[in-house]
Amino acid sequence: MAGRTSRRMGYEGVVLAAPATTPYQRFSKETAHWWIARALRQSLQSAGLGPRDVDGFSVASFTLFPDTAVGLTQHLGLTPRWLDHIPMGGASGVVALRRAARAVQAGDADIVACVAGDTNHVDSFRRMLSSFSRFAQDASYPYGAGGPNACFALLTDHYMSAYGATREDFGRICVAQRDNALQNPHAVMKKPLTMEDYLGARMISDPIALFDCVMPVSGAEAFLVMREEDARVAGLPYAHIRGSIERHNAFPEDPIQMRGGWAMDIDELYAMADARPDDMDLLQTYDDYPVISMMQFEDLGFCGKGEGPAFVRERDLTIAGDFPHNTSGGQLSAGQAGAAGGFIGLVEAIRQVTGAAGPTQVEGARTAMVSGFGMINYDRGVCSSAAIISGAGT
Amino acid sequence: MTDAILPPPKKDPQKRTRSQTLPSGLRSRAALGLTAAAAEGRFMLQVCGECGALQYPPRDACSTCLSTDLPWRDIDPAGELIAETTVRTSTNTYFRERTPWRVGTVRLDAGPSVMCHVHGDVPRGGRVRIINRLDKSGQGVLYALPPEGTPNMEDDPQLREITADPKFRRVLITDARSENAVALAEAFAKAGASIIFIGEPEGWRPYPHRPALEAIPNVQIVPLDVTDTASVAELAGEIGGKTDILVNNARFVRPGGIMDRGDTVFARDEMEVNYLGLMRLAQSFGPAMRGRGADGDNSAAAWVNILSVYAYSNMPAFGAFSASNAAAYSLSQCLRAEMRPGGVRVMNVYTGPTDDAWHQPLPPPKVAPAALARAIVSGLKDGLEDVFVGDVAKDLIERWRAGAKVLEREMSETDGGGA
Repeated sequence: MAGRTSRRMGYEGVVLAAPATTPYQRFSKETAHWWIARALRQSLQSAGLGPRDVDGFSVASFTLFPDTAVGLTQHLGLTPRWLDHIPMGGASGVVALRRAARAVQAGDADIVACVAGDTNHVDSFRRMLSSFSRFAQDASYPYGAGGPNACFALLTDHYMSAYGATREDFGRICVAQRDNALQNPHAVMKKPLTMEDYLGARMISDPIALFDCVMPVSGAEAFLVMREEDARVAGLPYAHIRGSIERHNAFPEDPIQMRGGWAMDIDELYAMADARPDDMDLLQTYDDYPVISMMQFEDLGFCGKGEGPAFVRERDLTIAGDFPHNTSGGQLSAGQAGAAGGFIGLVEAIRQVTGAAGPTQVEGARTAMVSGFGMINYDRGVCSSAAIISGAGT
Repeated sequence: MTDAILPPPKKDPQKRTRSQTLPSGLRSRAALGLTAAAAEGRFMLQVCGECGALQYPPRDACSTCLSTDLPWRDIDPAGELIAETTVRTSTNTYFRERTPWRVGTVRLDAGPSVMCHVHGDVPRGGRVRIINRLDKSGQGVLYALPPEGTPNMEDDPQLREITADPKFRRVLITDARSENAVALAEAFAKAGASIIFIGEPEGWRPYPHRPALEAIPNVQIVPLDVTDTASVAELAGEIGGKTDILVNNARFVRPGGIMDRGDTVFARDEMEVNYLGLMRLAQSFGPAMRGRGADGDNSAAAWVNILSVYAYSNMPAFGAFSASNAAAYSLSQCLRAEMRPGGVRVMNVYTGPTDDAWHQPLPPPKVAPAALARAIVSGLKDGLEDVFVGDVAKDLIERWRAGAKVLEREMSETDGGGA
């Protein structure tokens, strides 16, 4: 029922270009509209385009209320003939890519600007948690109101007892990402993190401690989806989409989340891209907590289920290491800008495979996998997505 | 094992009384089904009326077959704690003030997993028994207990937040002259209440069980006439700030309906005691209790009304009395809403005919004072909102839920012996 029954069409002729990141801030007095406008402008400028040149627009944001993508068209002076709003949090980057690519492929739009951004006011995190979703409001928030920290603490606790993972194993992911973040001038976290710091940090919701948690920030990310020939004519560096998957509410019968929807579709992703895990020069996982990155290593085929702890012990996850992972520092060290957290890995991956990552560049990177994970609707992340992209010439 | 709580220290009058904060009370309409079940302490979940699939969290359509027929059913409460965490920081002030707070994921033997509060005596990965109770916001929440009792189990701080346990609390019971007074005072003494004030109307008139009341430990008999506003206000001025549980025990009972009474004299008395008595008590004691909902181990916890179950459906043989109780029932709903910001529970104990002089001609079963007192104390320990005590009351509420109009017609056939 859930398996693929017919071969999916590829994404030939459609490319990703003009990655843009608006440097994050911890708190901002500005609105989501402001942040989205900044990232959109940066992306368009880098492609030599103006707002009138865009005929497709895709938005992901939690803090636009009462607006949606509709209000933004008038606010930002866009006149698109294709419009999308993606309420999928951490899965929104790859989902935006998938939808926009099909629109361009079908000719419904020529250039789609995909943007995600959120503001972070002093009280906005608390406000968002109490009414995040109906199930969260009814069945998780009344229980200690620990928010995602408590939900992921439960998943982490269960994962640790099921597979023998230790806090050090998760610490390896966090420490390596901080290393990477130190190369990224825009990362919110600027101080080195040692394993000792990680293990000694105060508990937030056992076994989740301070450095397992992302810092909510204000920020925005953007990229463009367009035809390859248009990118070439404009002289833009671009990346091909080799394959992508998306899945929602996978494995509802699991008593607690031990795997994401990737596990249902990963074979299809590799088949579509005609690639193997070894072909990836880098991996950008969705990392709101290290346990979920570890599950992605497993579910995306880099190691078997339950082998995540051994995998992180054996591999070097830094930019210069043998398994470069979340090269910009990820959300754990660069910050989580709301829905832009679903874009951070993808935008960085576009930079990486086009050789434009600057100080975080993985040498010779041509092919990257990006995965998304989003929306703790109740007790688990519901949305999952992944894509493989490659720089031109691959 | 849970540490036994100690007698609370005497309150420093110069210190600020802590304001009540509340856990989030926002719920979808479907989720209020959990709250309705919690009011009676029942663990119920939605079960699909078509395919039988058990649903959680509460929803509007079956996640197996999309049926919208999702009645609430009592569910086997056994399960296993498969994951846990201790929340040490929260965005919600109520929990922030009460951390560390233990929560977990319990896989029910019946199927779904639920996120719930977890008692301190449940070991990691242990077996549990789920209860469904009202939290301080008055909404149903799931709570995992050890399957068997443990020493001082009721003193777990998280559990004590969802109960109104009389232990170390100060209780006011109105109407010392009532035949229930001795049984109530004894039950509260046994439950560890630190002071049991008994309100005594018309103190100059002797009554037979006064010596028995005086003999109960920690009892203090105080003047209180619920038909006299000045009397109620005066007592509230003296002890309103240290009344943690109030048991509204005063009742005026006479047989008769409309045409077999020639005047409104008894009806007026019934309203004075049963309806306006509640109003006077609530106006004098309510504000102080609502302000002390978070005042430490002996915070204000509960307001108890003893009501006739005929508040739901009139029994013509006691027709005017039933009407006064219907008025009091309606007022209790208002009191509940007004007490809610303070996290103070309003528990209604509905009884059928009680075993006393005014119900003497009625056939059994009748509710004995000791049974009523037991139901009240256990209801408080369980943190309930609605308690139906005795076979008549339980039978009547079942019939009322099945069809109020059918019950009305049935009631007119009864001789006062119960439906």
